[in-house]
Amino acid sequence: MSRIRISNGRIIDPASRLDQVTDLYVVDGRIAAIGEKPADFRPDSEIDATGQLVCPGLIDLCARTREPGEEPKGTIASETAAAASTGITTLVCPPDTDPVIDTPAVIELIRQRNELAGKARILPIGALTQDLNGEALSEMAALKAAGAVGISNADRPLTNTLAMMRALEYAATFDMTVFLRPEDPALRDDGLVHEGAVSTRLGLPGIPDAAETVAVARDLALIERSGIRAHFCRLSSARSVRLIARAQHDGLPVTADVAAHQLFLTEMDVMGFNSNCHVYPPLRTQRDRDALREAVAEGVVSVICSDHQPHEPDAKLAPLGETEAGIAGLETLLPLTLRLVDEGVIDLMAAIARLTAGPAGVLRRAAGTLTPGNTADICLIDPEVFWTLTPERLRGRGHNTPFIGWEFRGQVTHTLLNGRIVYQRNSS
Amino acid sequence: MIGPHEVQVDAQGRLRHFLTTEGLSRALLTEILDTADSFMSVVDQSVKKVPLLRGRTIVNLFYEPSTRTRTTFELAAKRLSADVLNIAVSTSSATKGETLLDTVRNLEAMHSDMFIVRHNQSGAAHFIAQHAAPHVAVINAGDGRHAHPTQAMLDMLTIRRHKGSFQELSVVIVGDILHSRVARSQIHALNTLGVGEVRVVAPKTLLPAEVESLGVKVYHDLDAGLDNVDVVMMLRLQRERMRGTLLPSAHEYFQLFGLSARRLERTKPDAIVMHPGPINRGIEIESEVADGPRSVILQQVTHGIAVRMAVISMTMGSRVAEGADA
Repeated sequence: MSRIRISNGRIIDPASRLDQVTDLYVVDGRIAAIGEKPADFRPDSEIDATGQLVCPGLIDLCARTREPGEEPKGTIASETAAAASTGITTLVCPPDTDPVIDTPAVIELIRQRNELAGKARILPIGALTQDLNGEALSEMAALKAAGAVGISNADRPLTNTLAMMRALEYAATFDMTVFLRPEDPALRDDGLVHEGAVSTRLGLPGIPDAAETVAVARDLALIERSGIRAHFCRLSSARSVRLIARAQHDGLPVTADVAAHQLFLTEMDVMGFNSNCHVYPPLRTQRDRDALREAVAEGVVSVICSDHQPHEPDAKLAPLGETEAGIAGLETLLPLTLRLVDEGVIDLMAAIARLTAGPAGVLRRAAGTLTPGNTADICLIDPEVFWTLTPERLRGRGHNTPFIGWEFRGQVTHTLLNGRIVYQRNSS
Repeated sequence: MIGPHEVQVDAQGRLRHFLTTEGLSRALLTEILDTADSFMSVVDQSVKKVPLLRGRTIVNLFYEPSTRTRTTFELAAKRLSADVLNIAVSTSSATKGETLLDTVRNLEAMHSDMFIVRHNQSGAAHFIAQHAAPHVAVINAGDGRHAHPTQAMLDMLTIRRHKGSFQELSVVIVGDILHSRVARSQIHALNTLGVGEVRVVAPKTLLPAEVESLGVKVYHDLDAGLDNVDVVMMLRLQRERMRGTLLPSAHEYFQLFGLSARRLERTKPDAIVMHPGPINRGIEIESEVADGPRSVILQQVTHGIAVRMAVISMTMGSRVAEGADA
C-alpha cells in the first residue's frame, strides 16, 4: 500500500469542471479522494502543493520517441524522461517507427521497453496500411487486440482514394478511431514551406494550404460514408478548421488537434532559412495562426499536441531543403499552452482541458481526469515561476527547437505516473 | 536565426559576404557598380591582371553544373591574382556522403579565403556563410530558386552603362519567374536602385504565390507588359517545363511569351534586350532579336567579369581590413 497526500493545491480537473483549493489523496496508484480524507488514510508521504496547480497528467496525442529504429534521435527512456519533466504522463505515438507499427510484435516490443525504461506511458497507434505503403491493409483487428489505441497512416497520406475508402471501412468494422494527417501529396509536390510571400521571397518550393484542405474535404466525404470516427491531426490552415467546424456542426464524429508551435509561429519565422522552423505541415500565415487559436478557444480543436520530433544536430545542419522536418516539442507543450492563457486566448481550465480531457476524449479512455477511482497520473505546476528555455534545460535527446531563449511562465514541480513520482524538480 | 542582411554586412557597413541583393542598401549596390566600372579598364588592358589578391585562395564550390558562371568567376579571381580551386561536387566527396558543412570545414582547413558557391538548395550559400570561419568570405553563385546576386548586378551594370541611371526606367522581366533565382535578385536590385516600375510577364503557372509582394506589377499578356518599357529582361526556360502541367508546349509558349522583333516594337525605341543565357533560340527569344542591335546579351557576359571582380575584391577587402584592424 502506498498513500500520498497532495495538500492544499489548486486542483484543476476539466473533465469534472473542478477548480478548487483542497487536498488530493492517492492510494495504490489511484486517485482515492479529493477534499475529504478517506477513512483510515494515513499518508506514507505528502506533497505540499500550496500555491501550485494540481492537474491530471498531460496526454500528448502525437509524440515520437524514435524507438524502435532511430535511437540516435531519441529513445523511449530519453523521451519519456523529458515528457515526465514537463507533466506529460501519456505519449501517443504514431506508427512511423522503423519497423512500422503494423504488427502486434512491434507493439509488444514498445510495451516491453516502455515497462523497462518508461517514465511516461506510451500508447501506440497502429498502421492503417502495411509498412504505411498506402496499398495493403494492415491487420487492424490484431493491432487493436495488441493495444493499438487507433489506426493511422502517419504522415504518409493515401493517394488512392478507393484504397482510403476501403481502409476506413475496414477500420470502422472494429470501431477504431482513425487518425488522419490530411494532405494531397500531389499538391504538396516538392514543397518545403507554406506557399506564400515568404516562400516566394526565399525561393523555397511552397506547399499550398489547398494541399491540406483538399484532403480534409475528401476525407470528410469518406468518413461520412464509412461511418468511422476520425481524428484530424495537426491542422495548419484556417480553411481546414472551418471545414472541421462545419462537419462537427453537421454531426459527423470528427475531432481535431493542432501542434503547439502552430499557435505561435508563422511563415515569417522561416525567414533567414531557419531550419528549426522547417516543420510539417508548414508554418502558415498570421491569419491561419489566428484561426487555429480561435478554433482551440471554441473547442473545434479539442487537443493541443507537441508533434514531438527529436533530431540529432546534423539533421538540421544543412541548407533548409536538405534538413529533416520537425520540432522537439515535448518540453514546450505545456509552457506554450499556458502562454495562451497569458495571451488571453483561452482560460486556464480550457488550456488544461486541451492537454487532458480533450485527448482522453479522442482516445475514449477514462484518463486525463482526477476523478476518484482513476489512475493517479498527476502533474503539479508552480504557476508563478518565470524561466527561459535553454539547451541545457532540455532532457529529450533532440534540441531542435526554435523556442530557445523564450521566456515562459509556469513550471512543473512534480509528475506522478500511476501514483509514483517520476519527476520532481531539482531532484531528478 | 540571423537574416541575410545581418550576415552580409559587417559592423562598418562593408560587404562581408554577397548572398542576395535583398536588403542591401542602394549605396552598397552602387558601390559594387562603381567598383565594377573601375575594373572594366583592367578587362580592356593587354595585361588583364591586378595584384590585389595575390596569395589568396578562392574556391569555386559548384554543386550544380555551370560553365558560364564558373568560368567568369574563375577569370575574375585570376585577374585579381588570386589562386583558384575549382571543385565540381558531383565528382567529389558529396557523392560519397560527405555533408556540405564537412566539405566546407575541410576546404577551410586548407586555408581557403573565399567560397564561391553554386547549389541547388535555396539558402545554401547563406548556410555556409553562417558557419564559415570568420576569415572566410562567401559569394552566392546561385542557390536553388533563391538568389543569383552577381548575375543581377551585372544586369544592373549593363542597364546603367546604357541608360545612365535607374530612375524613371520601366523594366520588364519575362518568363519563368517561379523557378528563377535570377529574377528574384533582379527584382530586389531594381527596386533598391530606384527603378520607376518593375513588371513581370508570365503565365500563372510560372509565377510564384503573392509575387506582387516583391514589388512588381504582374502581366499575363506580353504585348501589354512590353508597352513603353526601357529594358526587357528575358529569362531562360528549362526544357522540362515545356510539357506537362506547367506549359503545354514550347510552341504555345513562344507564341504567347516569346520575344519577337514585331513585339519589340511596343517598347521604347531605345529599349535594350537582356538575357542571362544560355538562350533557347526560338523559344524565349527569336534569333533576329537575340543578335539584333538592341541586344546587349554579350555585353552582359563581359560585365559579368568586372562585377565579379568587384564583389570578390569588396568582400575580400573587408576581410583584409578586419585582419589589419586586429
